[in-house]
Amino acid sequence: MENIIEVKHLTYRYQADDPRPALNDVSFTVHAGEWLAIVGHNGSGKSTLAKSLDGLLPFTTGEITVGGIQLTPETVWQVREKIGMIFQNPDNQFVGATVEDDVAFGLENRQMPRTEMLPRVKAAIARVGMSEFAQREPSSLSGGQKQRVALAGIVAIAPDVLILDEATSMLDPQGRREMLALVRELRQTQHLTVISITHDIDEATIADRVLVIDDGQLVDEAAPATIFAQGERLVELGLDLPFTEKLKAALRQRGIEPPADYQGAAEMEEWLWQSLSNT
Amino acid sequence: MAISFEHVSYTYQAGTPMATSAVSDVSFAVPDHGYLAIIGHTGSGKSTLIQQLNALLKPTAGEITVDNFTITPKTTNADLKPLRQHVGMVFQFPENQLFEETVRQDIAFGPKNFGMAEADANKLADAMLQTVGLDSSYAERSPFELSGGQMRRVAIAGVLAMRPKVLILDEPTAGLDPQGRQEMMTLFERLHREQGLAIVLVTHQMEDVVQYAEQVAVMRDGRLVKFGTPAEVFSSEKWLRENQLDMPQAAQVAQRLANRGLAWDALPLTADQLADQLAARWPRKGGTHV
Repeated sequence: MENIIEVKHLTYRYQADDPRPALNDVSFTVHAGEWLAIVGHNGSGKSTLAKSLDGLLPFTTGEITVGGIQLTPETVWQVREKIGMIFQNPDNQFVGATVEDDVAFGLENRQMPRTEMLPRVKAAIARVGMSEFAQREPSSLSGGQKQRVALAGIVAIAPDVLILDEATSMLDPQGRREMLALVRELRQTQHLTVISITHDIDEATIADRVLVIDDGQLVDEAAPATIFAQGERLVELGLDLPFTEKLKAALRQRGIEPPADYQGAAEMEEWLWQSLSNT
Repeated sequence: MAISFEHVSYTYQAGTPMATSAVSDVSFAVPDHGYLAIIGHTGSGKSTLIQQLNALLKPTAGEITVDNFTITPKTTNADLKPLRQHVGMVFQFPENQLFEETVRQDIAFGPKNFGMAEADANKLADAMLQTVGLDSSYAERSPFELSGGQMRRVAIAGVLAMRPKVLILDEPTAGLDPQGRQEMMTLFERLHREQGLAIVLVTHQMEDVVQYAEQVAVMRDGRLVKFGTPAEVFSSEKWLRENQLDMPQAAQVAQRLANRGLAWDALPLTADQLADQLAARWPRKGGTHV
């Protein structure tokens, strides 16, 4: 499979004399079209990693290639064309006075002619289901609606890669579900590669592959089911336990030995049903 | 009763053509040292409801009692100082309100403002820092160089320094990582259990509701649509779905097993409750389990 992003031996220090680098010799690749989750507790370096990919932090050691272009101070704008980012707090990323202006901003920056821009902005806003809010002030929207507008900005620019930096963590459960459903859909229709930096177990479950960052280092890389089978260690890594793992721990305390493999809710239910019927 | 609402309504911009009703005719009561969770959708009136508990908003109609305080539409601002000391309010993202140069000064600000001598306020600040799980090395640091979770603890220490008897928490764990969330909820549970603080928690986290709350109020479109124990509120899957509320995860698993014919004594709401009931009916193989 083609690699859209390659990271080799990336090290980053916020201060040159920092004895503990924020990122310490991190190497990995992201396949085109893949959904990659990056997990780790607060302060593990995962947001530093996301910002490095977009050229927001000037790293000194290592190499990053995005869509075949090596990231350097000279190529940073070319690389940013390929990457769209959505951050945790939507209030920190709005610049336009209306939803429409805000979505247009990225295109204006790319010096797109107005005649081409207007239909594109309208289409992007419609794509995320926010047409009736096009003339509203972004600040008057709910958290979930704000992140939709941010996604419309991404649709308008049509980058290859979408990075979600804890983009659902401030939303209520329904807002979170809706946003993830929308990202899934956009990934299909816009052929996006998605990198989601998250603590949310449901968001990590959607991924094809999970990278675990701890103390600036890449400590694990596997499919979600393999990661989730690690039980209590997940808490140390900054993830919550999936409910099925919590239930397994509670059953073990009561002398019942559940299967060691990770099980989703449906498999867990089947196993419980079989065990209970087996009298 | 620690807290009671009697036919409370609140209308924003009342008496103008812009008037919007946010809370209508809400009545409920929470016993002394209670733990109440308020759930409901964004925009259902939860925040308007709790802001009336320390009279940041005064009811347009009805009466609110908090211990010895009574809040009515006629309550004047002159009467509010003791009430605001009694009812501590932790807003969403309280770390946004930090402003002093050091952590100690920030925590001591409230007590000093209420007339406490500086030395006493500083001593109290150090004690509160410990209560929220930060050691004394943080006292001299700038609050702005701390992590998000630590900043939130400092903000909460500032509220606790007022020695409130009732603590209002508006989504206190939003934006924290799972470990930070857990530590925060354990802190409130400890304050509730050890110091008898009455807690009012506004949350979207159903797992926290079933784990910690003694009573649950469900708001919808400004009305109180259900009030009871977690077991009562989460008893009907159909009702929860109609009100677009999530079932706790243990209850979801239990409900699916019930749909296949398993009869529960009472619908389990937490992993422990579910495991207890499963263990009780688990087929015994030579008594290998307890």
